[in-house]
Amino acid sequence: MLDSLNALLLVALTAALALPVGRYLARVYAGQPTWLDPVLGPLERLCYRLPGLDPTRPMRWQPYLLHLLALHAVWLVWAVAVLLLQDRLPAALNPDHAPAMSWSQALHTGISFLTSTNAQHYSGETGAAYFTQLAVFGFLQFMSAGTSLAVGVAVVRALGAEDAQARLGNPYQDFIRSCVRVLLPLSLVVAVLFAVGGVPMTLAGAAHSANLEGVAGTVARGPVAAFEAIKELGSNGGGFFGPNDAHPFENPTFFTFAVHHVAVLLLPMAFVVMLGRLLRRPGLARMLFGVMAAGLLLLATPAVWLEQRGNPALATLGVAAQPGGNQLEGKEMRFGVVPTTAYAAINMAVPAGTIAGAQDSYQPAVEVPFMLLMQIDAFFGGLGTGFLNMLIYVVIAAFVASLMVGRTPELLGKKIEAPQMQAAVLVAVAGPVVVLASAALAAWWWATTPNPATTLGWLGNPGAHGFSAMLYELISATAGNGSGFGSLSGNNPFWNLLPCLAMLVGRFVPIVGALLIAAGLLPKPTMPASLGAIRLESVTFAALLLVIIAILGALLFFPALTLGPLAELLGGR
Amino acid sequence: MLRIVRPVLLSGLLLLLFGIGFPAVVWAVAQLLPGGRAAGSPVSVHGRVVGFRYIGQRFRRPGYFHGRPSAVGYNAAGTGASNLSATSPALLAAARAHLDTLLRQNPGLRPADVPAELLTASGSGLDPDLSPQAALVQVPRVARARRLPPSQVEALVRRQTTSPWLGFMGPAHVNVLTLNIALDSLAARP
Repeated sequence: MLDSLNALLLVALTAALALPVGRYLARVYAGQPTWLDPVLGPLERLCYRLPGLDPTRPMRWQPYLLHLLALHAVWLVWAVAVLLLQDRLPAALNPDHAPAMSWSQALHTGISFLTSTNAQHYSGETGAAYFTQLAVFGFLQFMSAGTSLAVGVAVVRALGAEDAQARLGNPYQDFIRSCVRVLLPLSLVVAVLFAVGGVPMTLAGAAHSANLEGVAGTVARGPVAAFEAIKELGSNGGGFFGPNDAHPFENPTFFTFAVHHVAVLLLPMAFVVMLGRLLRRPGLARMLFGVMAAGLLLLATPAVWLEQRGNPALATLGVAAQPGGNQLEGKEMRFGVVPTTAYAAINMAVPAGTIAGAQDSYQPAVEVPFMLLMQIDAFFGGLGTGFLNMLIYVVIAAFVASLMVGRTPELLGKKIEAPQMQAAVLVAVAGPVVVLASAALAAWWWATTPNPATTLGWLGNPGAHGFSAMLYELISATAGNGSGFGSLSGNNPFWNLLPCLAMLVGRFVPIVGALLIAAGLLPKPTMPASLGAIRLESVTFAALLLVIIAILGALLFFPALTLGPLAELLGGR
Repeated sequence: MLRIVRPVLLSGLLLLLFGIGFPAVVWAVAQLLPGGRAAGSPVSVHGRVVGFRYIGQRFRRPGYFHGRPSAVGYNAAGTGASNLSATSPALLAAARAHLDTLLRQNPGLRPADVPAELLTASGSGLDPDLSPQAALVQVPRVARARRLPPSQVEALVRRQTTSPWLGFMGPAHVNVLTLNIALDSLAARP
């Protein structure tokens, strides 16, 4: 059980690192000088000057959002164009001759990286050129991460605005600061750490060499270290290769595994630290951090405990007991069962979805906490957007708490009224509605097609597990996670197109909802703090918040979970 | 039309910076690292590249230690897992088949000695490692094939076992490729 301490240690280390990083973030977004200014300041100014942007022009939330969406349109066109024309790239940019993608695959992949989901219905080593990996996928990983941070910061700033006439801010300033001042320096450090750890960084094509027994073979590699850095830091998650962090070139040693852990949790944690400083409410940041950490632990612990109990079917073969249990299908020996499962749980909570083991092969009961963590998407959650999801829960919890004690619902001194509650509930429900409707459509299609195993060929593991695979894919799409069950063949028009709605809804509905709420609260007069006001910075409120999240999660998802993982657990297949 | 120019210009600049500039800087730094890390840490024997340190290989000869099962046959250009669910009958059947093969190739081996990793496929299909336990169960077969005393082979396995990072982070494991290379040089000594 010393194994489980590894994950806890790494989480604690990340929390410790989140303090200075969070403080740096607060200085960047408050416009205060930082020690990296001499290098990054001129670069930031170049990004304004070249396209002729005015970063000081404040905007309301509608133009703020529209400007960001215009950028997204440009990025989507770029991504889909390159993917459709990938086979025409010169050999220097495509040494392993990756083919062009079909239109449905290109659209799915483009939307997937645009929304920071990074679901991959292709395998990097055969389906993507080096140029595509860097200039499309890596580029979009930076862009989507920058967007996540920008909208998160905009909402925080609106919540803390003291001037009722204030506007939301300037999208270009927030976005470019996120990319140039935050993501760029951190990515450089993390990429070098990966390279030192043995992650390749080469533009030479796949290596052709004979193995020790003399049999010829090909070993795919590439400019992986740079890719890994932004993949983790930006809560993106798309792997360079199909197996993602299980692949030895993405994750060769426990040292690189540790770097993966820290990189994926760092900015989501630092965001909470940052908001405490920007709002000048350290108690609120502590409460949120505590709730997020508690939620992560409460769901990750049963997952790890259940997985290390082992597979009863394999136990019937009468083989040797191993520390960590026999659930080694789909896992790697340099990590072991417990660290792999703990890392997967963290990647469900921060919906990056970079997994070090095959999601398909976990014990069915373990899929329940995994799916719940993804769907809640607020126990740290992605950088920036995790806080937006948590804000929705906080608004609902503050509303309920106020009604329970018979006071006017208020948040941070501002009255919560009907428009804010409507927005909060719409956001809370929109994602699950899309997931459940899409899953129902997929299940109906499968059930009504004669001979689906041959005509459709979607599912490698039929029965209840097959339904789990489909449900997981859709929850993953909405949550911006991107991991999936490998047994679900995603690269067909149905599964390329179906998750697109889920990805778009899961990405933009929380953003619009949170912006609506924050912009709606902004012009209201601040109510003076009275004796009976709900204190957000209290253990009582934190406990209530966790309970509200649990109830919402249970109401929205347990019926679907009974058809999938729970049915498989209780004896189905 | 004008409204699209600024987003396009900004995107182009950011593409140069993050899609090309950033990887270029990382590439430049990586080329300076020792051990051929940037190229994937290739491993050479007598001047010939025989593989990569972190990429598992398929070993079939009785005189070599065999790695874990692989759903892609250790094809390093088409990696992957089996993606079989834990309750799948196919998983149990595959594990049973692997167990039968093991018992046939290693006479004297009992099922109760076999660790589960030798019956299950890895996540990447390229797992380069084994637990020390899984390497030790193969010692009798390897020692017999190489005509070496088993105690010597066992000592080699223990020498080749990588201890956990920092002494306690992660499991101890044995890299099968480096183990087999060391075995070759051990057997070559007169």
